Amino acid sequence: MTLAELADRVRTRYPDVAVARDEVTVVVGREELLEALGALRLELGLDSMVSVTATDWPGRDPRFWVAYELYSNEHRHRLRVKVGLSEDDARIPSVTAAFPTADWHERETYDFYGIVFEGHPDLRRILLPEDWEGWPLRKTEELGGVNTRFHGAFIPPVDRRST
Amino acid sequence: MSVDRQSAAAEVTQDSGAAGELRRETMIINMGPQHPSTHGVLRLLLELDGETVLSCTPIIGYLHTGIEKNIEYRTWQQGVTFVTRADYLSSFFNELGYCLAAEKLLGVQAPPRAQVLRVLFCEMNRIASHLVWLATSGLELGAVSVMLYGFRERETILDIFEAATGLRMNHAYIRIGGVLMDLHEGGVDRIEDFLGVMPGRIAEYESLLSGNPIWIARNRGVGPLPAADALRLGVTGPTLRASGVARDVRRDEPYSGYDTYEFDVITREEGDCYARFEVRIEEMKQSLAIVEQCVDRLRKPGPVMIEDPKVRWPAQLEVGPDGIGNSQAYVTHIMEESMEALIHHFKMVTEGVSVPSGEVYVPVESPRGELGMYVVSDGTNRPYRVKIRDPSFVNLQAVPQMVRGGLVADTIAAIASVDPVMGGVDR
Repeated sequence: MTLAELADRVRTRYPDVAVARDEVTVVVGREELLEALGALRLELGLDSMVSVTATDWPGRDPRFWVAYELYSNEHRHRLRVKVGLSEDDARIPSVTAAFPTADWHERETYDFYGIVFEGHPDLRRILLPEDWEGWPLRKTEELGGVNTRFHGAFIPPVDRRST
Repeated sequence: MSVDRQSAAAEVTQDSGAAGELRRETMIINMGPQHPSTHGVLRLLLELDGETVLSCTPIIGYLHTGIEKNIEYRTWQQGVTFVTRADYLSSFFNELGYCLAAEKLLGVQAPPRAQVLRVLFCEMNRIASHLVWLATSGLELGAVSVMLYGFRERETILDIFEAATGLRMNHAYIRIGGVLMDLHEGGVDRIEDFLGVMPGRIAEYESLLSGNPIWIARNRGVGPLPAADALRLGVTGPTLRASGVARDVRRDEPYSGYDTYEFDVITREEGDCYARFEVRIEEMKQSLAIVEQCVDRLRKPGPVMIEDPKVRWPAQLEVGPDGIGNSQAYVTHIMEESMEALIHHFKMVTEGVSVPSGEVYVPVESPRGELGMYVVSDGTNRPYRVKIRDPSFVNLQAVPQMVRGGLVADTIAAIASVDPVMGGVDR
């Protein structure tokens, strides 16, 4: 199946499809996400959830985009599914029931961006300490600017460090 | 190891009931994060019934350094020096994935000779990484001699890396648009010497381990992972191929000219620790074959960085009398001859290249599986988002399944057989 054919097949059900740089991306609403992933798996063999992550675009609506990278073991093609989430309602259904591998990916995305994956069996921070405050990969969070655990020292953000 | 006092009473006590049943209490035990066999700082919460593992919960994050956040504050070229430090045992693969992603966004391709050098160093890196796996897992299962041999050969490879890139690890050698510099004089001979020695060394490891009854007893049937479960849990790389699934990005979605090299994708059907051992040993041989083909192709000279001055890194390196240094001719050119060249140099070094907006996901086959780079650009001189889909991070999720129902000692073998590198897991 060529890229254009794949895009056309997806487009028949989910019209918001873009092909750029030899990659196919489809945008779906969060209420149709689970159904869409099920249909893509059944009809296009997209049975592997390779990666789940997000991007943050403050000042825009939707502010967050959650990106799912799918791969077909049978046909060896890839597809990206994206869901936009607004700032004040950053919630999305968890896909762990259909793709157990998404477990840690979703925890990481929650840890970094504070996006809540509803229905996740164990949504906790995964890479940062449990008592960490804030969502470090949001663009509104600075690099640095945290209290260290040692001697109460404070490390200012990079752009405010004197050289 | 620390013991949870409340449930430490794991002794089986006689129940006072008439049936005389055994009452069992389980014990929760912490393995790691400072355990010699946890490959860095992995922590496992084990629930034990005597010696049997009832459940296992991996806890990660001890090595989190915010690499992905840091990259967003640096120029595109500086990003290379960050990704190379994620999975520190497969630096070249991180660099390659990142640079391929940036090149895909820019719409450029590295020249042929640069691609050969990339493949060459990646495959050498794969051998080095598998050697560390062999050495450490050998040590953990009591085969200390294998540890010494494994690190000995790895040292040879690291010496080659150091001579070619200046650094033993974290090379930052693969750059956007090509590689840092061409192979130094005598570099090919050195690699050829290595190619002459290495097959005999691999045979030596096999003679030490393959028929060894202790090695077989510790690995055969241990840490089982059927193909269906491996796929469900997103496992890739040698761990997946040892379960009988022939998935390899190099063959399925070739990059950097891998479709023009001859090599086999190694699989085994058993899906146990021993199968993973066999797959990695055979993969080292395949990598040697690829390196050999690279060496042949290196006879044809050519540029190692693209010509486009809007993308290429302006500085030129040259080996000086002290073994390091900038090209004297280039420094003379920008300092004494051309003001425009000087302006261009500083603009490229301080501001860097601007990458058209868009998003790409680029997978490469690292020694541990599919290493993916999801890179987003907003059209500026800094990456907007770089997500490293590290194979160790995903493969670790399969460990609870592998060790459930086994013995504590088998847990060690199972972790080792997945070959997790915590630098990549925690990023």
